[in-house]
Amino acid sequence: MPRPGFVLDVDRSTPPTLFWRGEGFSLEKLPAGRSRIIYPPEPMAAIRDIDAAIRTALLKPIDSDPLPALLFPGMKLTIAFDDISLPLPKMRRPDVRQRVIEAVLDLAADAGVDDVHLIAALALHRRMTEDELRHAVGDRVYDAFAPRGALYNHDAEDPDAMSFLGTTPHGEEVEISKRAAESDLLVYVNINLVAMDGGWKSTATGLASYRSLRHHHNVRTMTHSRSFMDQDRSELHSSNWRMGKVIRDAGVKIFQIETTLNTDTFPSPFDFLSKREWEWSARDRVTFLASSKALDRTPGRLARSIFHGIEAPHQMTSVQAGEVEAVHRVTTANVYRQQLMVVEGQTDILTMGIPYISPYNVNSVMNPILVMCMALGYYFNLYRNRPLVREGGVLIFTHPTPWEFHPVHHPSYIDFFEQVLADTTDPVEIEARYEKQFAEDEWYRHLYRTSYAYHGVHPFYMWYWGSHALAHLGRVITVGGDPKAVRRLGFMPASSLDDALEMATDVVGRQPTVTHLHVPPLVLTDVQ
Amino acid sequence: MKTLQFDRKPLRYAAAFVAGTLSPGKGAGPGPLELVDIDAPVLPGKGWQRVRPRLAGICGSDLTTVDGRSSRYFEPIVSFPFTPGHEVVADTDANERVVLEPVLGCVARNILPPCPACERGDLGNCERIAFGDLKPGLQSGFCCDTGGGWSTSMVAHESQLHRVPTTMSDEAAVMVEPTACAVHAAFRARIGPGATVAIIGAGTLGLATIAAVRHFTPVGTLLAAARYPEQIRFARGLGADGVVQPHELIRLVRRATSSLAVQQQLTGGADVVIDCVGSEATITDALAMVRPRGRVVVVGMPATVKLSLTTLWHRETELCGAYAYGTETLPSGERRRTFDLAFELVQAAQLERLVSATYPLADYRRAIEHAATAGRRGAVKIAFDLRNEKERNR
Repeated sequence: MPRPGFVLDVDRSTPPTLFWRGEGFSLEKLPAGRSRIIYPPEPMAAIRDIDAAIRTALLKPIDSDPLPALLFPGMKLTIAFDDISLPLPKMRRPDVRQRVIEAVLDLAADAGVDDVHLIAALALHRRMTEDELRHAVGDRVYDAFAPRGALYNHDAEDPDAMSFLGTTPHGEEVEISKRAAESDLLVYVNINLVAMDGGWKSTATGLASYRSLRHHHNVRTMTHSRSFMDQDRSELHSSNWRMGKVIRDAGVKIFQIETTLNTDTFPSPFDFLSKREWEWSARDRVTFLASSKALDRTPGRLARSIFHGIEAPHQMTSVQAGEVEAVHRVTTANVYRQQLMVVEGQTDILTMGIPYISPYNVNSVMNPILVMCMALGYYFNLYRNRPLVREGGVLIFTHPTPWEFHPVHHPSYIDFFEQVLADTTDPVEIEARYEKQFAEDEWYRHLYRTSYAYHGVHPFYMWYWGSHALAHLGRVITVGGDPKAVRRLGFMPASSLDDALEMATDVVGRQPTVTHLHVPPLVLTDVQ
Repeated sequence: MKTLQFDRKPLRYAAAFVAGTLSPGKGAGPGPLELVDIDAPVLPGKGWQRVRPRLAGICGSDLTTVDGRSSRYFEPIVSFPFTPGHEVVADTDANERVVLEPVLGCVARNILPPCPACERGDLGNCERIAFGDLKPGLQSGFCCDTGGGWSTSMVAHESQLHRVPTTMSDEAAVMVEPTACAVHAAFRARIGPGATVAIIGAGTLGLATIAAVRHFTPVGTLLAAARYPEQIRFARGLGADGVVQPHELIRLVRRATSSLAVQQQLTGGADVVIDCVGSEATITDALAMVRPRGRVVVVGMPATVKLSLTTLWHRETELCGAYAYGTETLPSGERRRTFDLAFELVQAAQLERLVSATYPLADYRRAIEHAATAGRRGAVKIAFDLRNEKERNR
């Protein structure tokens, strides 16, 4: 029986706590008597017979006919699946998407369905490489479909490949992949790593265009999503659900398959990273010392390649299929079952260590904008009810934040960082003055479509992701970051956690409460 | 009189090169520049008069000379020993404040009839700068007969003098000469309505060029590269729409012009790129970011550089220099002296704010070092202040 999440009150006997620092980590002492550490729940037990569970989900769906009843010869079938941003880190083979897609294809073959397309639903993310696609769907599926052009990346900028389906009562335009929209059945294969994922967001975001996405990927939506991990209080989800109704009313038939994973995040010998420090064995301590010393001496590029080579031992904890909203209610409950924990009260200072990976730098560089997005977008928003840190409080995170960008994956990020953030860090101003220029830039469009670049507008979305936190927090301090890059983000650099805590007192007083979010593995806090 | 004098001393010139290579501005120590007490220059002839410098700026070309990096091109068109200083505001014997237009053209050299360029009023293009009644010298400050601004006394031809309005400070007046170079560059750039212009460099010349392009041309988008915070602030204040670090400029131009890119070469680019640095790297960058059939104007003084001109050939780029000043043709067709336009611009853009620090002659090593490292020390224009020199007021 896995143990639930745990809040540890720090006293003098508490051992130092693990802080991630990109491709490295450190142990830090938090002030005794006024600090607490939030440890995530332990990984839930996995489903034993995954293939049987998948088959059951397809044959006994929720609020839908069984999948075989929806398949018929001569039909047009499209299978869309989540892209490389999920899960994190990438899971060991076989990826859960591969298992689900193979099961769907078996049923399609049984029904005599020939016209099948598989689409990586990457929205405005970068295209997946062949290796990445093979990892997600498996070699057998890749070799059967990719060579004849039936397995490909979604292209949101191909005007001939998009279909306009209508407008929501709020004026939100809905435009998704034409192939998906015109299919007799769209099967969406999802991995629900956090509570934000899945539901109508799968289709209305994953297969959409900029024209459509801009209606919910914007500052207003983000500042009205408290948080976007809490679907009932998330404008991001409300907008996607409204769009989902337009998609449904346009006659697009969707069979949604959602899966949840446990939080078994790091394989041996890195499994100590998921443990509570006082439970570290002698071997864990030695591994920590050896790896942190070695990483200090390892060139950045090599360290990155070591970490990005990690394949997580994630295991599937549930799979459900059928009608989008009904399925997603079950999925969300399963995510909560794994990740949700109650935390009493807010804190003056929230601390966190930012690891080497985010959804947008798989096999890539965690550039400063992604660092900001990870800290102020994702981790800050790991809450229901109220943010972990009080309004006007301080966020302290550790990360080297190098002034470094992947030139192929993130070209528009470079310009955003150099040209936009040099001018202003205010999300509202940035959106008004710069978004359109970047979104419609021919060069970024070309790189998104033909290379492996995130769309020109993507760095804006990353910045908007943190807009709620920017408005909420009194100060953001980065420990161990490149001072120039940190200042460009609008944050304060500090050389050590002690310095950062001292700097925070200007904002929150001399004896502030401190809460450390001990992630990853992931947790969703329900702040009372 | 007290003067800084630069003599032809090859060994010391080599020492200046070494010192200047190790640390910019350090060439003033071991190099041929010396503070000496000598007789004032004699009046070379009719129309010449003695002037007493009040402020004299330190220019990039002066620094190049002091640090032993001048191009050998200049050897036949300067004469030794010379007193540097061509950005000068001075008093005449009649106690009028004047700004010196330092180019030593046909009129100053008593050459009749004047060469075609001087005839047109394009003084900077004078074809006789090594001839006539004066020893060779492209400008006052590089000619042994005239003296220069880094002294308490020099001589100037009446055709070189521009009266300073009483409302204009000395600091503003000393900015007129470099501003005239910038104004000339802006006209040489032939900027069309709504054009996108990129300016590389944000020292005195770069900042004045930003102001000149904004003031005198129908530029659309004006982009600039600046390295230091003060330069960035000035560049924005003088009219640049976007200011980035030098290595970021090509990406800014790409975005502003909706260009594509092939490796480091834009497929489109700015209509005009004005290079106020003049190094191998900046000219290469300029060629990479200018559009096909666009124009690159080199304003900063280059020495020997190695360039690939394949892009110039393939994209039919115009590469031209912009030196000094003369007479400009305004869009209306009116012809006006560049210096008159520079006076106008200095006052309109309040360019006296670019004068960051002044030094007495005796402190010349510190002054030159400051000028050579002005950007990173938050400064722009450094000048000698002669107003309190004893010899001047005797």
